[in-house]
Amino acid sequence: MKQTKTFYFVPYSIWLLLFVVAPLMLILYQSFFDIQGNFTFANYATYFQSGTYLTMTFNSIFYAFLITLFTLLISYPTAYLLVRTKHKQLWLLLIILPTWINLLLKAYAFIGIFSMNGTVNDFLSFTGIGRQQILFTDMSFLLVASYIEIPFMILPIYNALEEMNPSYLKASNDLGANSWETFRRVIFPLSLNGVKSGVQAVFIPSLSLFMLTRLIGGNRVITLGTAIEQHFLVTENWGMGSTIGVILIIAMFLMMLVTGEKKKKGAVHKK
Amino acid sequence: MKRLVTLAAIILAACGVLYYSSNKLDQAQGITGENTLNLYNWGDYIDPELITKFEEETGYVVSYETFDSNEAMYTKISQGGTAYDLAVPSEYMIERMIEEDMLIELDHSKIEGMEHLDPDLLDMAFDPGNQYSMPYFWGTLGIVYNIKFIEEGSIEHWDDLWKPEFQDNLMLIDGAREVIGLSLNSLGYSVNSKNDAELAEAAEKLDTLTPNVKAVVADEIKMYMIQEESSIAVTFSGEVADMMWENEDLQYVIPPEGSNLWFDNFVIPKTAQNTEAAYAFISFMLDPENAAQNAEYVGYSTPNLSALDIMPAEITEDEQFYPSKDTMEHLEVYENLGQEYIGIYNDYFLKFKMHRN
Amino acid sequence: MTKKNFKWSNLYLLLVFVVLYAPIMYLIFYSFNEGGTMTSFTGFTWDNYAAVFEDTRLMGIVLDTFLVALLASLLATVIGTFGAIGIYYVKKRNTRNTLLSMNNILLVSPDVIIGASFLILFTFIGFRLGFTSVLLSHVAFSIPIVVLMVLPKLQEMNPTMLKAAQDLGATNLQVLTKIVLPAITPGILAGYFMAFTYSLDDFAVTFFVTGNGFSTLAVEIYSRARQGVSLEINALSTLMFLFALILVIGYYFIQQYNMSKKHKQNGKKNTKAVTLL
Repeated sequence: MKQTKTFYFVPYSIWLLLFVVAPLMLILYQSFFDIQGNFTFANYATYFQSGTYLTMTFNSIFYAFLITLFTLLISYPTAYLLVRTKHKQLWLLLIILPTWINLLLKAYAFIGIFSMNGTVNDFLSFTGIGRQQILFTDMSFLLVASYIEIPFMILPIYNALEEMNPSYLKASNDLGANSWETFRRVIFPLSLNGVKSGVQAVFIPSLSLFMLTRLIGGNRVITLGTAIEQHFLVTENWGMGSTIGVILIIAMFLMMLVTGEKKKKGAVHKK
Repeated sequence: MKRLVTLAAIILAACGVLYYSSNKLDQAQGITGENTLNLYNWGDYIDPELITKFEEETGYVVSYETFDSNEAMYTKISQGGTAYDLAVPSEYMIERMIEEDMLIELDHSKIEGMEHLDPDLLDMAFDPGNQYSMPYFWGTLGIVYNIKFIEEGSIEHWDDLWKPEFQDNLMLIDGAREVIGLSLNSLGYSVNSKNDAELAEAAEKLDTLTPNVKAVVADEIKMYMIQEESSIAVTFSGEVADMMWENEDLQYVIPPEGSNLWFDNFVIPKTAQNTEAAYAFISFMLDPENAAQNAEYVGYSTPNLSALDIMPAEITEDEQFYPSKDTMEHLEVYENLGQEYIGIYNDYFLKFKMHRN
Repeated sequence: MTKKNFKWSNLYLLLVFVVLYAPIMYLIFYSFNEGGTMTSFTGFTWDNYAAVFEDTRLMGIVLDTFLVALLASLLATVIGTFGAIGIYYVKKRNTRNTLLSMNNILLVSPDVIIGASFLILFTFIGFRLGFTSVLLSHVAFSIPIVVLMVLPKLQEMNPTMLKAAQDLGATNLQVLTKIVLPAITPGILAGYFMAFTYSLDDFAVTFFVTGNGFSTLAVEIYSRARQGVSLEINALSTLMFLFALILVIGYYFIQQYNMSKKHKQNGKKNTKAVTLL
């Protein structure tokens, strides 16, 4: 009995060891070395003492928060309505399909749409509002980043809603709740796990977006990801890059702690 | 369960078909290993016709891989696991690769056509006597502007970028050396400055440029200038040549107070497996006719004097791309500043990018 | 649900779809552009499509990209599914949470870090960069999403069923194939699908761990973008997109058809089985 269970686990454990623990150790190890290869705590000192990195961290968290909020606001109703459509599986697949188109290409399409002579500006000038600078603004960055993340938010919420036992809804109805009450007291709490995994799937990657910051944000938006990319690819200060990486990983653990499963939502099941 | 197994089987079958066709395709292209030249170059930095011609003339098969930054190329080569026979890094990276003993010392007797190269562009500080590298293309850093929106001739110096009328209009190339360098130049300092006071002054001056900066981008500058998203930008001469083909209203200026002179040279990494093919390719590209064809395709400035003779005069006499001796004297090649100062340049650059007016 | 309500919801969904597909339609539109850029449409042409098929290098890369994506997601799905089952069986909540956090690290780490650390890893063990290193990396970063997709389905499984099966003398293998796997099939399929998506989309990790002439589409597109994206790539993406669309819709309707047949035969409603994801 025990043996088969461990057997399932072997390939996964190997993966965990080789591709998670080992790189993690490598990064942690590297974060304690400066450019010259001396052991040091200076990277962490730099991170916490220089205004640059703290501002950057604050900005990244702020942007990631906004991106997560936008995607959530758009995705929840979408998932909610999707579950109630006739060919729901098909529609869901069609939501994910756009992610198969290369990110860079989509970014270029957005550049075309948002640029001075682009579609949106043609429309604005047609309506008499006049051409506006859209590209390279915070707004355009937030819009495009949210666009990219939407499918990753819809999917878990959809799954959570889909799994919901219809009898709860019925019971709620029978007990005299109106549809808003049913939503607030039954549907939303039960879908909360989906929302949590959606937030996890969107928030942390948003902290470390890097290609879009240049292409759409024109480097007016700098996130932790931009800094990591810089340190790994340009400065080759892998120590500092790793330090920011370690901080991101800690942020992720904190995030998981906040949104993680508390006491296994069993309360509902046992009812 | 049955469904899962069936699906897995279908996927595996599809993989089989893909693997088979991909192999077939490789064979059709003749990529088998033995007679292959692994060329590691910037994206779209060679006339593909020349690769075909080279394959036909020599029987070697070229496997062409691309990189998008010197640092990415360096990482790939230094980590091993690859066997590039020929790469095309820029000068400061060549200096570093020489220092780190990553390059093969070139046997000049195996290279034909070195005599065609402009002696003024040989024997530079980053590689004395060209022991390790052969020039492929060269160019400058300067200001490109659109005469439809900005009076022709009104831009001459780096300081002109600070003019208030360019508010939210200027695009800068996303490079720490380039952007800090232009600020250093505008103050009359060297682009290779290792003087902390000078650097701090340059960084401070740069921050005052923020109101004018519309975006700090990379290769997209080309697209934006062609489409007139911006009317002024700082970028490399090669990029500008491409832009001018598409938009005739663009002008390029190399500020006389000084700027950067850059090189992209052929080098043979120590990990190379087919050095004979590498030498053959260098010689092939030094042939004036091939060099001229390539220069016309890529649009960058060629170091090959004999090629210049057979190229149209309107290209070779264009001072924007083949600047006068006087201007050339004020240009500086980037030196490898060492890790510490590269870090300082980058920190200032990061701060500049984060600076909000 | 009232009728009026229904219309509003449809409008909202329509709007979401329009937004999601707008950039893609934009790309497709310009794939027919004669002018060579993605901003001004100068005339209709098929040239970009012809160029795709003449470009054998590009075709080879497309094949390789799909090979890696299909195979890597398959391997990742197998390993990830068993990993999820393993995590499900872990009794201690702390251990399980730790395992889950470890699982999620790759999911949330910046691609650049993953790529760089995998590169260090491969060179450390003296691995030759190329197809295998790319495949392994894709398997590696796809596993966590599979686990995340499968685990909820496991948790929704009725534990009394397992108990009952064991009490009735079912072997572990029987429990696995007759009860566990059928129950979590939707999760497994969703995991595969997501893994495939991740693999197809990845640029940064592949960029680090590829070498010796091997390349995937994302990397190729990135290095070609120096010239501004060429419309040949638009044409290729259009083709791939249409292919995927036909595949998805076709698969869905075959599935529907089979189900309705089964439905008639069994005469019992099994909505779960219709579930594609």
